[in-house]
Amino acid sequence: MTVWFVPRDAAALSVGADAVATALEARGEHVVRTGSRGLLWLEPLVECADSRDGKRVGWGNVQVCDLEADGLSDTAENFLGVVEELDYLACQNRWIYERVGIIDPVDADDYLAHGGMVGLQRALELSPATVVQAVTESGLRGRGGAGFPTGIKWQTVAQQVPVPHKGDPIDAPCHKYICVNADEGDSGTFADRMLMEGDPFCLLEGMAIAAHAVGADRGMIYLRSEYPAAIAVMNEAIAKARDRGWLGRGILGSACDFDVSVRVGAGSYVCGEETAMLESLEGRRGTVRAKPPLPAIEGLFGTPTVINNVLTIASVPSILARGAEAYAALGQERSRGTQVFQLAGNIARGGIVEVAFGISAHELIFDLGQGTKSGRPLKAVQVGGPLGAYLPADKLQVPMAYETLAAQGAMLGHGGLVVFDDSVDMAEQARFAMEFCVEESCGKCTPCRIGAVRGVEVIDNLLASDAPENTEQLLRDLCDVMTQGSLCAMGGLTPQPVLSALDQFPEDFKRVAARVDAATQGAVHE
Amino acid sequence: MTDSPIKTSEQIAALKDLLTPIADREPGPVLLCLQAVQGHYGYVPEGAVAVVAEVCNVTRADVHGVFSYYSDLKKSPPPAISVRLCAAEACQAVGGRGLAAAWSEACAADPKLAAATGTDEPVFCLGNCALGPAALVNDQLIGRANVATLKSAVEAAQNVTEATR
Ligand SMILES: Cc1cc2nc3c(=O)[nH]c(=O)nc-3n(C[C@H](O)[C@H](O)[C@H](O)COP(=O)(O)O)c2cc1C
Ligand code: SF4
Ligand code: FES
Repeated sequence: MTVWFVPRDAAALSVGADAVATALEARGEHVVRTGSRGLLWLEPLVECADSRDGKRVGWGNVQVCDLEADGLSDTAENFLGVVEELDYLACQNRWIYERVGIIDPVDADDYLAHGGMVGLQRALELSPATVVQAVTESGLRGRGGAGFPTGIKWQTVAQQVPVPHKGDPIDAPCHKYICVNADEGDSGTFADRMLMEGDPFCLLEGMAIAAHAVGADRGMIYLRSEYPAAIAVMNEAIAKARDRGWLGRGILGSACDFDVSVRVGAGSYVCGEETAMLESLEGRRGTVRAKPPLPAIEGLFGTPTVINNVLTIASVPSILARGAEAYAALGQERSRGTQVFQLAGNIARGGIVEVAFGISAHELIFDLGQGTKSGRPLKAVQVGGPLGAYLPADKLQVPMAYETLAAQGAMLGHGGLVVFDDSVDMAEQARFAMEFCVEESCGKCTPCRIGAVRGVEVIDNLLASDAPENTEQLLRDLCDVMTQGSLCAMGGLTPQPVLSALDQFPEDFKRVAARVDAATQGAVHE
Repeated sequence: MTDSPIKTSEQIAALKDLLTPIADREPGPVLLCLQAVQGHYGYVPEGAVAVVAEVCNVTRADVHGVFSYYSDLKKSPPPAISVRLCAAEACQAVGGRGLAAAWSEACAADPKLAAATGTDEPVFCLGNCALGPAALVNDQLIGRANVATLKSAVEAAQNVTEATR
């Protein structure tokens, strides 16, 4: 019997995957729901196993009407052939995403059949210190934005003794926590979501490895409320993992006790900042805490806490399973292993590209992404979320790695690339960056709370001004204050998109002045 | 002012029954309790803050501080169908601003649509940034959204609401 694979990923559902699955089932077909392969412009991408060699062949942009007449055939216009041989996938090197789009995300047997739990089993055979060492040797750095070496963070937590929650009596139970940052607030990023919806057990396995490595007994996933599908999948996976003994007392028969729960965010971007996340997890206003103390020493409820991004933690099972050395062999300089890039915005072929560090933005956008969706010339690419710099079209040769981007005054952030065509007004984008900061500032420090409000005003003045030079200097000074004086990267990096827009696209900031000029000249002539 | 469903002692007792298990089980329960209140009533009605404060053993000011901080937590009942358009960069790059304007126009032209969907605040990124403009209609994510697809999503949501009634 033919088995059909239809994604249940929210992006696929957003363009009609459910209707296709229902229609197939109504015809008596056997349908397995999977995550998405990450070839998002082809969603809904429906696959079936070829009866000859078992390889999965696919059809892109499937609509219910495609199923009529003789259904999906290999002569259909949207037939793609063998999915894993498509150029977009064939050039990838998937470690984190190795199972996403292939397995049923909430089928524990499917997970095992595709190499799941090998990493945790191996980790439990090793001493905690050896696991930390493997993570250190892999060169893995945090994928949430700051790029802090993961092994060092884990080492710090491993060295602490567990303590009771702050405020509890000293004989209360002692804890250490693994907190996964699944707040994924950066626009242009969706890799955390797709991993959680496509392979939730991988995240849980990574958390369990972290727990063994640092001696933690509790895990929390701080998941943003904007992702209802991911919340449901994670909760289902947690329940199944408990049934299997992958979580709970004595995981996989070891001495390690570890359980996980999901906490849902409440619509605040800054709660992705790790100390604001801790405040929110503790039920308070999500304002940023001054450091020290480091969360590794005094984190959630005052206990030693590992805080890592979803992709950081989800990298760990395959590092353990395939070896730290093989991981570290990928990439360049101090950017080792693979990065999950997300191609977004005005791009013909948007989606997930997991490859070794070092690929250029140009290759990602033009070779894989095939340029803008609109077909118009590319004007700018925002790399690394709303706090990331805008790169102009002639600066895209930069290799995508922590060091090379930093040298360009840009940052990798969470790995998102948002493409804009030439219809974008960069002054409007700069203004939006300030507006976003007004909206999302936690309010703890003045340069950010007040600075962003002034930033919007100054940009408005700049655009309306017929002597823009003075106002531009004011904007630069303000950006300087925000960069130097903000407590966290929210206020500290908001100038990055603003100044990159101003530096790379100065003409966009003079358009209004130019128009005023033209208008007044017109008035004089009349 | 809306008529609060938390006034009589029975109503207060019922809310306490909902919240006490959370406060007993979970450390740092204030936000969780407020989310549970909103999950139950669709918003955080007047009077709920005092109950949450009592159940969690913190001051009303503390609870109010949390309540007012998070944009998800609402003071008044939500519209029957919530329509949230993504206002972030990747969707701006594919006409998100234009869609927002066209959607307000469509609502202005159709009082029934406006009444059903209310004026929801925009949202910054729905994680569908390769298939923008994105929108969330109740819990249904919409990709490559336009006014027509939004309208049919609203209709579908209305049918679901009616069917469950
Ligand atoms: C304003 C702001 C928002 C952030 N949002 C996120 C986020 O959504 N997800 C994330 O993993 N890290 C986010 N971070 C980074 C975290 O503070 C932290 O560095 C990270 O979660 C650590 O995990 P990692 O070492 O695995 O990257 C944000 C930082 C700032 C300043
Ligand atoms: S920079 Fe902004 S978000 Fe960060 S602590 Fe200061 S006010 Fe809060
Ligand atoms: S920017 Fe709109 S969904 Fe991400």
